[in-house]
Amino acid sequence: MNNFQYSRASNVADAIQLLAADPDAKLIAGGTNLIDLMKENVERPSRLVDISRLPLRDIEQTADGGLRIGALVPNSDLAYHPQIEQRYPLLASAILAGASAQLRNMASVGGNLMQRTRCAYFYDTATPCNKRSPGTGCSAIDGLNRNHAILGTSSSCIATNPSDMSVALAALDARVHIASRSGERAVALIDFHRLPGDRPHIDTNLGSGEIITAIELPPRGFAQNYSYLKIRDRLSYAFALVAVAAALDLEGNVIGEARLTLGGVAHKPWRSLEAEAALRGQAATPDHFGRAADLLLQGAAARAHNGFKIELARRAVVRTLMQAARATPQSQAHKKIA
Amino acid sequence: MNAYVGTPTSRVDGRAKVTGAAQYAGEFQAAGLLHGFVVTATIARGRIVRLDASEALRVKGVVDVLTHANRPPLADDDDAWKDEVAPEKGSPFRPLYDDVIRFNGQPVALVVAENWETAKFAATLVRIDYEQDGFATDLDAKRGHAIELDKPHKPRGDAETALNGAAVRHEADYVIPTEHHNPMELYATTTVWEGGNRLTVYDKTQGVQNVHKYLCSVFGKKPEDIRVVSPYVGGAFGSGLRPQHQVVLATLAALALERSVRVVLTRHQMYGLGYRPMTIEHVALGASADGKLDAVVHEAIAVTSRHEDFARNDTGWAEQLYRSPNSLLSHKLVHLDVSTPCDMRAPGAASGVCALECAMDELAVALKLDPIELRLKSYSERDQGEDLPYTSKQLRECYARGAESFGWNRRNPAPGSMRDGKELVGWGMATGVWEALQMPVAVRIVLTANGHAEVSCAASDIGTGTYTIVAQVAADALGLPIETIDVKLADSTFPQAPVEGGSWMAASSAHAVLAAAEDIRQELARLAKAMPGSPVGSVDIPDLVLVDGMIANGNDKSRAVSIADVMRHSRLERVEKQKLNQFAEDKSHARNTHSAVFAEVKIDEELGVIRVTRIVSAVAAGRILNTKTGRSQIMGGVVWGIGMALHEETVMDHRFGRIMNADIAEYHIPVNADVHDIEIIFVDEPDHRINRLGVKGLGEIGIVGVPAAIANAVYHATGKRIRRFPITVDKLLD
Repeated sequence: MNNFQYSRASNVADAIQLLAADPDAKLIAGGTNLIDLMKENVERPSRLVDISRLPLRDIEQTADGGLRIGALVPNSDLAYHPQIEQRYPLLASAILAGASAQLRNMASVGGNLMQRTRCAYFYDTATPCNKRSPGTGCSAIDGLNRNHAILGTSSSCIATNPSDMSVALAALDARVHIASRSGERAVALIDFHRLPGDRPHIDTNLGSGEIITAIELPPRGFAQNYSYLKIRDRLSYAFALVAVAAALDLEGNVIGEARLTLGGVAHKPWRSLEAEAALRGQAATPDHFGRAADLLLQGAAARAHNGFKIELARRAVVRTLMQAARATPQSQAHKKIA
Repeated sequence: MNAYVGTPTSRVDGRAKVTGAAQYAGEFQAAGLLHGFVVTATIARGRIVRLDASEALRVKGVVDVLTHANRPPLADDDDAWKDEVAPEKGSPFRPLYDDVIRFNGQPVALVVAENWETAKFAATLVRIDYEQDGFATDLDAKRGHAIELDKPHKPRGDAETALNGAAVRHEADYVIPTEHHNPMELYATTTVWEGGNRLTVYDKTQGVQNVHKYLCSVFGKKPEDIRVVSPYVGGAFGSGLRPQHQVVLATLAALALERSVRVVLTRHQMYGLGYRPMTIEHVALGASADGKLDAVVHEAIAVTSRHEDFARNDTGWAEQLYRSPNSLLSHKLVHLDVSTPCDMRAPGAASGVCALECAMDELAVALKLDPIELRLKSYSERDQGEDLPYTSKQLRECYARGAESFGWNRRNPAPGSMRDGKELVGWGMATGVWEALQMPVAVRIVLTANGHAEVSCAASDIGTGTYTIVAQVAADALGLPIETIDVKLADSTFPQAPVEGGSWMAASSAHAVLAAAEDIRQELARLAKAMPGSPVGSVDIPDLVLVDGMIANGNDKSRAVSIADVMRHSRLERVEKQKLNQFAEDKSHARNTHSAVFAEVKIDEELGVIRVTRIVSAVAAGRILNTKTGRSQIMGGVVWGIGMALHEETVMDHRFGRIMNADIAEYHIPVNADVHDIEIIFVDEPDHRINRLGVKGLGEIGIVGVPAAIANAVYHATGKRIRRFPITVDKLLD
């Protein structure tokens, strides 16, 4: 860990000011990922701007009937908020599939969006990694890549995004509210994270001097037919090999609207509008779900050790959609797969 | 008296541990304490050509950067570095000794600063240039370079011929990956500079006297110059048997700077020390058509370092378990550019028995026999290696009790035939075996006139419950309430004890307590008889017993005198006895513990997700001194066995010779969600031959057999044999 300066922001404008004044400054809220990365010498911020006391902890109704979630709402508070439990249970379930109770208590919603990959090479400063040290090469492409991406990879990076929450947010059409000196803007969550391309050191489209202030959920929450299924190497407290967020609007057994997003397979939550479109108007059957899975997984490419993820993802998509269709969502407390 | 032995007595140190009163090695304070942070090598083999610490030294608060170039003198012959548990053959690793890099993660410098954070930061500023040599770390790739050790087990008969002629045979390789102990407590040492060249070393270790002797020889010190103390250990599992790097580094720095120094390794750095070596276990079994074993071939190929030959008994266990006229057992080593492996819970057996018991399951399938029936057909009443009977062996009873409790007779043997909704149900079983060793241990008992006894011994309690069983045995032997017994452990100045390992400490320390207590009894008996008008004056000394704070006639307890009265009358404040207990050498019998483990798994058929829903472990280990801590021991072993079956694997990138999951986020062990019902049965096993109390020890037996039982259950559920551990989703989907 390097020596760093510490400032406590007194308001959002102050945080933006502190951030803009120092290109190597980082915001810190819960610190559940940043502190780890600092201990490993992967992140070496010159300054930590502590935003944990800013008034961004409200969850409030929006004019159109959606919800606006302050960026500093702890993950636990969000997962157990009555509005989330009742109207957006897919989001609650995804959050509870991640990390541990202790980490969820500390981690903020904005910080969750900013968490970095768990690629072992990214974490180990003794090995080359384009994401950590641009231009040094990717050790994972020809190395240990069992946990790595099968979709949207580049010749520079095959890392995955580790967030569960983001997968559900992507499926729910959430938007990220961002503030900076030049004002406020909002971006769809699915466009918030980037693919690695030839600049894998940049995870998101958040600009320098920008700060996440809130996440907005549209009114439609898919509270009847949804499921979040996470497959991992032990039954809790592990990152996803494959995760699926699925949500359906059903009339009888016919699908109206469908949402389908994968986690653990790409540099960002992986959603295919084509796959969702293919489900619309179809009966909720394993065959149709399998076709959607194929569309979602189009272009999936395996490296030496992660080929199993393609078939696993396909099966997991079908199962999760079945869980959603039958209104038997995966429980995150009971590990038996529904 | 027998008020405590054999009962579920709660841990006498439990309160100290849960309240934080118990101090661990990295928590001891000293005036002006400095903190060391280790810099580790990032190459697997080569030489340091330049080490520049100037930038680190410029950081405010940094006191020194110690390296091979500026360190104080260290012993220069291998014998001085050979601790009690060092492999016989080889040259032990010497921290900061020279510029040679022998493994990735090797300590190459120690940054010492006024606080830990400064040391850690400055450590990132130490610049090192290496000259890299070619290296090899991949056992699979170097399997052909294995060197056979002197045969530890005599071949019996002609196994090759018997195998070729067997009616039914099974042959396969089973691969156990490298695993790390990951005790909760980090490896830590606080070396306190006492002035006058004298040191007190608070160290996380399983053997204070081993560390003491090692430090004295490594640093050329007189025994009285160094005292090693380790009152509490937050888990070790074998990782603390040999002196760890940080004890050398902290002591080196203390001597160099004449200050007190603490060195705590990070979790990541702990992966640069010992581990369970990866092994390729080749097992070939031949049987007659009616299912009697005729040939056993077991060859283990294990990793070791280039500088030491670490090897354990992976392949000898078939000799203990199964009658077979022909056997051929061998152990081979591949020397790689890695640190030396070390003992890890049930070393040798955890891996070797896993392979053997998976192979037995495969043979049972080939023979269309129930796995228990196959084992009973070749049940061995003798240790065939030595051709000896056992002091006791209730393994048959383990099979019977375990099977009954598990409901084994309801098992449909066809793979994939049992299910629960979308889940396939698998039932598997395996046998466990370990040694019942016992070692010389000395204990001092000081009985004071106020009715308190202090019992001291250099043995460690690594969390297993040694404090508690020593207190139980002492309380019974002295006839005192357990609250009056004060147990002091793990100080190198205390009466002798070997490292705590091999499951030998329970039996060994208990009998040392009995021996010292017997001397106390005799002394008190003499004094009691000598009192004028003594109510026990006419009772012979052998007939006098200590009970309820009295010295009483064992045949008529109404004739008694209180210990307090005797001591007061004799004008004694204290009676002190120290005794070394040596077990009589008895080569006429083999001594082992056994278990039968039954596992139920439920596996999602489409997704390959495994849940271990039930384990029944029936253990025969002589008399159980404490059924509460004993049960915890076995349960810990079972949970670890779940990890060995499904989770644990140290992953190395052989291009760098570097471990890539050196933390407990990515090195998976079971979490609560992975652990379901565990039932532990202690089978009655009276053993009047092994020792006075009939005690065998429980440290290792709990894990042995568990991974195989789970792997066999996975086969039963799915029809798939996963022979490369751990059994993960990708292997099941393959």
